[in-house]
Amino acid sequence: MTGWSDATIWTIIVALGVGTFTIRFSFLGLLGDRDLPDWLLRHLRYTAVAILPALVTPMVLWPNATGGQTDPARLTAAILALAVGYWTKNAIATIATGLAALFALQALGI
Amino acid sequence: MASSTTAYWRGIRAALPFLLVVAPFGMLFGVVGTEAGLNLAQIMGFSVVIIAGAAQFTAVQLMQEQAPTLIVLASALAVNLRMAMYAASLAPHLGPAPGWQRILIAYFNVDGTYALSHMEYEAKPAMSLSEKVGFYMGTATVICFPWYVATWIGAVLGASIPAGLSIDFAVPVAFMSFFAPALRTLPHVAAAITAIILAILLQGVPYSLWILLAGAGGMIVGAELERRMTK
Repeated sequence: MTGWSDATIWTIIVALGVGTFTIRFSFLGLLGDRDLPDWLLRHLRYTAVAILPALVTPMVLWPNATGGQTDPARLTAAILALAVGYWTKNAIATIATGLAALFALQALGI
Repeated sequence: MASSTTAYWRGIRAALPFLLVVAPFGMLFGVVGTEAGLNLAQIMGFSVVIIAGAAQFTAVQLMQEQAPTLIVLASALAVNLRMAMYAASLAPHLGPAPGWQRILIAYFNVDGTYALSHMEYEAKPAMSLSEKVGFYMGTATVICFPWYVATWIGAVLGASIPAGLSIDFAVPVAFMSFFAPALRTLPHVAAAITAIILAILLQGVPYSLWILLAGAGGMIVGAELERRMTK
């Protein structure tokens, strides 16, 4: 990789591996079965429905694949997938809708 | 058959749809890594040692932009900080497991295994510890092992995948399939909408910190709304 020595790349891989494992082990490993306070558990219930939408937002609005330009096909397919996921509560329906909608819209030249 | 074995197979079945996401997502990382100039061992190193798609993509992208090493590390780890919250959220269910199991559980803690397992534990509070661990390992078998294989296939096939296929879109669709079905209550929806609005407003915040700020904002709104609604 241009500008990166083999040793630096492996240092990054190992550092990210150790760092990521530490994050994943954190509360699970250290707390064991001790009870967490109610207010903390109440916030944690919203982890997935807050962080994941945040992560997805720029990917949908400004995709790297189109150089950061908003793509009507990707945006429409994403909204359809979200709507189907919300109403059906079904993961595979969400994925199938998103991918099928994008291919269909691209086939139509949108 | 032991109940933990039954739970393991239930976890496998629950996770099977995610193969549709893991396969293109993993292959995409292999392709992107190859195009960025990483060799096969390095690409596999990312997927086996780190095993976190979004962070892997973040790191490779920043490396291509010649960002300083510390920024690469901080940004990719910031993307993964949500897993600390996953760990805490799993702790009441899986915390009593033996140490070696908790190490494996931590290593396999990705969006898919967490989302599926947590949904299962909330829906079936009567599950025993060994059933909970069994279910979790079932989801990990389907979501994590194919991740390595898909990465390898993507790296080997590399540029022969047609660009017109738009496999990049597998990434946001995968994340949507993790959270859209989990939007069951008004506070869930409020948390998601808050996070989306904050993610748009805070894009300018450096080092991917907007992810944490938008996520924390969404969590606070969801939790506060829940507290007021149940008073």
